[in-house]
Amino acid sequence: MDDTILKIRGLKTQFFTSKGVVPAVDGVDVTVRAGEAVGLVGESGCGKSMTAMSVMQLLQHPGRVVEGEIWLKDRNLLKLSKREMCDVRGNEISMIFQEPMTSLNPVFTIGRQVMEAVRQHQDVSKEEAKEIAIDIFRRIGIPEPEKRFYSYPHQLSGGLRQRVMIGMAMVCNPSLMICDEPTTALDVTIEAQILYLIKEMQKEKGTAVVMITHNLGVVAESCDYVYVMYAGKIMEEASVYEIFEHPTHPYTFGLLNSIPKTTEVKDHLFTIRGLVPNLLSLPKGCRFCTRCDKAMQICTEYEPDLYDIGGGHKVRCFLANKEVMESGK
Amino acid sequence: MVKYIVNRILVTIPIIIAIILIVFLLLQVLPGNPIQVMMKEKVNQAVIDRVTEQMGLNDPLMVRFGRYLWGMLHGDLGHSYKLKRPVTQLIMTAFPNTVKLAITSALVAWIIGIPTGIISAIKKDTLLDRTLMGFSLVGISLPVFWAAMLLQYILGYKLKLLPISGYSTIRHMIMPAIVLGWASSGSIARLTRSSLLGVMKNDYIRTARAKGLVESAVVLRHGLKNSMIPVVTMMAMQFASLLSGAVITESVFGIGGIGQLMVSAISQRDMPLLQSSVVFSTMIIIIGNLVADILYSFLDPKIRTQ
Repeated sequence: MDDTILKIRGLKTQFFTSKGVVPAVDGVDVTVRAGEAVGLVGESGCGKSMTAMSVMQLLQHPGRVVEGEIWLKDRNLLKLSKREMCDVRGNEISMIFQEPMTSLNPVFTIGRQVMEAVRQHQDVSKEEAKEIAIDIFRRIGIPEPEKRFYSYPHQLSGGLRQRVMIGMAMVCNPSLMICDEPTTALDVTIEAQILYLIKEMQKEKGTAVVMITHNLGVVAESCDYVYVMYAGKIMEEASVYEIFEHPTHPYTFGLLNSIPKTTEVKDHLFTIRGLVPNLLSLPKGCRFCTRCDKAMQICTEYEPDLYDIGGGHKVRCFLANKEVMESGK
Repeated sequence: MVKYIVNRILVTIPIIIAIILIVFLLLQVLPGNPIQVMMKEKVNQAVIDRVTEQMGLNDPLMVRFGRYLWGMLHGDLGHSYKLKRPVTQLIMTAFPNTVKLAITSALVAWIIGIPTGIISAIKKDTLLDRTLMGFSLVGISLPVFWAAMLLQYILGYKLKLLPISGYSTIRHMIMPAIVLGWASSGSIARLTRSSLLGVMKNDYIRTARAKGLVESAVVLRHGLKNSMIPVVTMMAMQFASLLSGAVITESVFGIGGIGQLMVSAISQRDMPLLQSSVVFSTMIIIIGNLVADILYSFLDPKIRTQ
């Protein structure tokens, strides 16, 4: 049986700016199965958030999906009308954002904001919606939910606000929840609690999760499968275990090495040299070659495909292509 | 909330006393003898001296100020030199006309201004947006007296749809309301537009969209309430300044309101009337600010729950 929830194929999202067309997402394939947690990892500006915004169809002008398909179960989201997409958002796919401090409307009580999501998608009375909202507050660990129902966002801490966002995202039992850097703006001590809560909700409701992050620690803690993104393209994908045990792409390698280890004393922290390339003028060939320590002649001329190296592990690098390696560069 | 309001009211009391004092002192400095104005020329100097003494105008400044304040607390604002009637009565006769003018023109301003601002913000950078904003710019820039005369000429004289001046029936109120309302609607529309556009960039708007709300609900429910905070402040202050007398409009249309009362008091050196009408207008402005602050707290829970 096919239990695929989300299937993105050849997604291209571009921004039409006055300086030129920016290919923020450049042909991305992502598959998410029911109940699975998938990580989307990369540096700032690599297109991971834009992939999520394309799925939600919340891209703002001048951004637009120009090519590709986004299948939610058996429906291509890109073919839906605006009205039908509103029924998908918050109901079948929900999303939580990086900035819990500003993501809630300051002039409405948190209860009202959660109720709004309920009433948007379920045919219930005000009283029933309130019950549902208080119930979800209880489950996401908000103390005194009946009282907190009438609180305004500014009366809550960042961690509590992110809990409210998760509650709002989960209240309609979506089949997919996209978390865009959900813990980046929070204290480290709160981070673990929030990740734990997301995991709890995921287990309880069987929701699939797409976790967008630049933090491999978060991936290790919460994901089953990982996509590593660089400059709008998937560079490597594998199960979490594979990525951490056998990172194959030099970029993934660099990312893993950039995590400071508490067991070593070093004067310098490892960094990937250079900067993320300007999407308006990408290098010819592999888009990572200008920063890659293992770059070969061919890397500057041709762009590698995503090579399957077995066990669901795919790498966009000529190092993984036996023919290229054997032909002697 | 109650504490906030009480606090704001208490703060205005010293301001009001200071303003009464300043207006009082300013009018003492003005040259010209009111008694002479009152009695016309060619009056015996002895008579002038006697009346001055009778009216207590030779008393020290502080005594007169004290007397004025004391009278004011009892609702007695003195007698008009020229119109020979109590100032309180004059103001109370003129004020209803000003109130009518203020309410009708504020309604016109809000009914035109807010929807125009919202539509412009939604249709940002389109021809419609530019046209609407152009109209509001014209409204802001046109001198009120010119717009008034234009309407009087077209609607009153040529088309004979509305009476040209006077303020006795509802039909008399239409033209002044349009003139003043149009002028105020321009700034309301532009502020609504820029405020709403600013608000729509906020993260919580993205959250509202991610919830699956349709765009109109996102704008009208989540955008509008936040964007109205500065607009309401402006509306309240505009309304207060309308209440304190629209001098030009009242003169052009011959409306017997506070503005006209002040103009005649100035031109005739009617000190008690001038002093009290200026104090009255200023107090209206202060009360308007107070109301704006209180409304503000209704819109912004951060102030309310402090």
